[in-house]
Amino acid sequence: MASDGIDVRYVAKLARLALTDTELEQYGTQLGALLEHVSVLQKLDTDTIAATAQVIEARNVDRDDLVLPGLDHAAVMAGAPDPQHGFFRVPRIIASEG
Amino acid sequence: MTEDMTAAAIARAVNAGERKATDVLDEAYERIAATETDLGAYLQLTHDLARAQAARVDARIAAGEHLPLAGVPLALKDNMCYIGTRTTCGSKMLENWVAPYDATAVRRMLDAGAVPVGKTNMDEFAMGSSCENSALGVTRNPYDRERVPGGSSGGSAATVGAGHVPLSLGSDTGGSIREPAAFCNVVGFKPTYGRISRYGLIAFASSLDQIGPFARTVEDAALAYDVMAGFDRMDATTVDRPVEPTATALRTDLKGLRIGLVREFDPSALGTEIAALYKRSYDELKDLGATLVDVELPTAEYGLATYYLIAPAECSSNLSRFDGVRYGLRVPGATVGEMYENTRAAGFGPEVKRRILIGTYALSSGYYDAYYVKAQKARTRVAEDFARAFASCDLIASPAASSPAFRFNAKSDPYSMYLMDYYTIPMSLAGLPSLSVPCGAVTPDDGGRAMPMGLQLVAPLFGEQLLLGAAHAYERATGHANALAAVTA
Amino acid sequence: MTTTAASGVTYEAVIGIECHVELKTKSKMFCGCPNVFGAPANTNVCPVCLAMPGALPVPNRQAIEHLVRAGLAFGAEIPAFSKFDRKNYFYPDMPKDYQISQFDMPLTQGGVVRFMLEDGTKGECRLTRIHLEEDTGKSTHAGSGDGRIAGSTYSLVDFNRAGVPLMECVGEPDIRSAAEAVAYLETLKRTFVALGVSDVKMEEGSLRCDANVSVRPVGQAEYGTKAEIKNMNSFRSVYHAIESEVARQIAVIESGGRVIQETRGWDEQAGTTHSMRSKEKAHDYRYFPDPDLVPMAFAPDDVARIRAELPIGPYERFVKYVDGFGLSVAQATQLVDNGALATYFDAVADGSGQPQAALNFVLGDLSRLANESQIAVADSKVTPAALIELVGLVQAKTINSKIAKELIVKLWAEGGSPKAIVERDGLAQISDPAALAGFLDTVLAANEKSVADFRAGKENAFKFLVGQVMKASRGTANPALVEEALRSRLSSEA
Ligand SMILES: [Mg+2]
Ligand SMILES: [Zn+2]
Repeated sequence: MASDGIDVRYVAKLARLALTDTELEQYGTQLGALLEHVSVLQKLDTDTIAATAQVIEARNVDRDDLVLPGLDHAAVMAGAPDPQHGFFRVPRIIASEG
Repeated sequence: MTEDMTAAAIARAVNAGERKATDVLDEAYERIAATETDLGAYLQLTHDLARAQAARVDARIAAGEHLPLAGVPLALKDNMCYIGTRTTCGSKMLENWVAPYDATAVRRMLDAGAVPVGKTNMDEFAMGSSCENSALGVTRNPYDRERVPGGSSGGSAATVGAGHVPLSLGSDTGGSIREPAAFCNVVGFKPTYGRISRYGLIAFASSLDQIGPFARTVEDAALAYDVMAGFDRMDATTVDRPVEPTATALRTDLKGLRIGLVREFDPSALGTEIAALYKRSYDELKDLGATLVDVELPTAEYGLATYYLIAPAECSSNLSRFDGVRYGLRVPGATVGEMYENTRAAGFGPEVKRRILIGTYALSSGYYDAYYVKAQKARTRVAEDFARAFASCDLIASPAASSPAFRFNAKSDPYSMYLMDYYTIPMSLAGLPSLSVPCGAVTPDDGGRAMPMGLQLVAPLFGEQLLLGAAHAYERATGHANALAAVTA
Repeated sequence: MTTTAASGVTYEAVIGIECHVELKTKSKMFCGCPNVFGAPANTNVCPVCLAMPGALPVPNRQAIEHLVRAGLAFGAEIPAFSKFDRKNYFYPDMPKDYQISQFDMPLTQGGVVRFMLEDGTKGECRLTRIHLEEDTGKSTHAGSGDGRIAGSTYSLVDFNRAGVPLMECVGEPDIRSAAEAVAYLETLKRTFVALGVSDVKMEEGSLRCDANVSVRPVGQAEYGTKAEIKNMNSFRSVYHAIESEVARQIAVIESGGRVIQETRGWDEQAGTTHSMRSKEKAHDYRYFPDPDLVPMAFAPDDVARIRAELPIGPYERFVKYVDGFGLSVAQATQLVDNGALATYFDAVADGSGQPQAALNFVLGDLSRLANESQIAVADSKVTPAALIELVGLVQAKTINSKIAKELIVKLWAEGGSPKAIVERDGLAQISDPAALAGFLDTVLAANEKSVADFRAGKENAFKFLVGQVMKASRGTANPALVEEALRSRLSSEA
């Protein structure tokens, strides 16, 4: 299991969390320590073991193609940080930054 | 607390027309007012909604209906959507977000006649074991205000432990119901994964989260479970299979039951007083007719590591939606990207950030197999261990937590806090129904008054009927909960 | 298609197309909101498609079946086990900031899209996969003047479209020209429409495609560096964008430069592609199985049942019409693009064994009547059976083509059996010499001047007399026999 230090700056960017240098430092240490703890898993043999994504074994749980009542527009916009003409307004989008 | 304050007794009286839901509600608010100021179990009390619901219940009873939880005052953990209430998850991110829809579990409790009195404090986004990670308030332990109530469902455990209400709802991902139940001298029950709908429960780790009740008695917990359990077309992970009623199948002895004691969970590692307490608990099980057998969970030691990869991985994705676009907190930025980063930096507390970071890392390119997939495979091993153990026993008994409630700020190192869930995490990974029932008190290492402890009982998947039945027998025979009195103001 | 450059090097284009197609369902992919186009902003939304805290997805069975049908129509394989995964990235019009999609276990794998170009040549392109996912909302960019994201100062987001079921069709780089690319897309479109899985309205954005384009010297095994072309909002623009990009890449190489891997946008006005991102950043989508959903599993006989119910595909129709019936690609297209008409035509062509005659009636007389009356041929009173009967009458020379045209009009108006009408109205062709002689006597007696003119060598006087005979017989006389008889009469009576 890769136990090299975490590139916290990169991970924070992926997670869209602004972190100060102090925080980067601090989280880096804490996450490094946690990775040490979880590295015990290396001892566990899982070569022939299937991965468990869900403990329940259900299949094909789906719904009929029916229209159900949604939220009325007022309720939708009630909590909007920056509503405008019934839309959600957001600051400038830089395509590459998504 | 007195017999007539159990959910069962209240529902019986209200259904019989001997008491009015509105009066029961007023009494509950009086009790809350008496101790809430220094307990801090609630983030909000929903007086108006509660009065309206109580009136509705009285009207339905007057119209001849019979409701399983008629007039029962109920507290809701603040990660459950209840129309018209702020639903904050204990986070600045959602401090002012008002839910426009009901969680399925809440809806079923309302239909059954329960009366929600308020929303309880919790560790932010259910991440924590002491309630200290709440960004919105401090909750104290009903048995010692210097100590934590446990977590993440600390407020829901504390309000029942303090005798405010007979019933509350919490959510358990790795022990967030069972550990605070033990700390607050109440019954805390996590059903089989998929038994109670998660629709409207703000997600922490989707494959582990499960709603469950806190109560003063196992019977009350069973009543709540019977109301909430079952398939929900709004949650594709609920299991579509008949629910065995539990409240009507309670036992008075454990005759013929084999109860497994897990070698890896040997309490003697927890100090002499705690070891003695659990020795007594196990003897009490035997006295009730159970046969005690030794079982092994060789992967128990891997539970924590497995959990602290899977849960953060899922949460890192579940919490992405808190981006300042549609609801909740927004901190401005020159671009959308900056707005995201500023909002999430200000809206999430340190523990939430830690878990988002570790989870993002565990899923990121190059580490996915080494961490996330490895943990998923370890999860399979844990489940297999339990299956093997249950081949030789009907139930498993263990400590619910490794210590009684600790003092505030006692667990500054994150990992030492994670260790609090050592005994509850493996069951969560395997999706097993498990509960904590009061089993006495011990004097904490750091002194002070005796604090409650919990006995964890675990059943195979969908074994709720046997689990609650057995816990009821234990509770009735020992009455440990009543031996300890909560601090009143 | 190859291009020989000034240097003498001959280049070929290598093109792979990815397209996203919105599925035709009543409700969205994971919630009960209506799947409709053009509603007021943020009115078709609910806690699920707005990604409100605590909301959970439940998949739409119809969308899953649509996708399986689409895959089977191209001979794709339907794995016994399939699952949904989360594709994690932040974007303001994606409510959860992850898209529920499929990563390593898509609903369909493989398959081949066969197509016919306008000149009748055939081509094919292998499908890598078709997988199911959910659409995003729509951002309107303000402040840039032209609605483009570049230079905009803020954006307005509408989530009505968020959560609409989407299938992503990923094709192998088997396409070699802009014309093939369009033919490939046309086949996809016609197939999806025929299956009823999508309306494929590009103008409503229900089909969106990107093209990966590269060029290489003919004979070179490895691919050149590819550019991904976006913003193509019609098949026409797909054609022109690819043409222009291929030319650009060849020019870059010819001038000693290197094509760089990048995303390029098609500019309809300028008629060129332009670089959209300075630097292509490697995405880290952190795909993992969605823990809110359970896997999908298909029993072989369910798959077999769906496969058995599939209608005939557009490509198969082209082959049947063009190769089998010898229709022109244009004629075949007219039929293929009108499913009901094609089915009607098939019935008559197969039933009468006279595809060309059937085609002339269906695309000729009947289509004209349909336009005039605004009634579809398939819904008209002229049943395939009636038309088959009519074709038979013409072939048996029971009626001539002129009468046949009149008959079609009658059938259109009153329906019924052509034979019956022919009997009732005495439309049968008259070939009996005696009967014809009768008409000739009358006409010759009444037109002595024309007879004289003819004898004086005026050939068109003959035509006039034939016309008179036909008229006298109300069109039922056998024209060939009439001419024959007339000539002999006029010469013998000289
Ligand atoms: Mg896609
Ligand atoms: Zn919706």
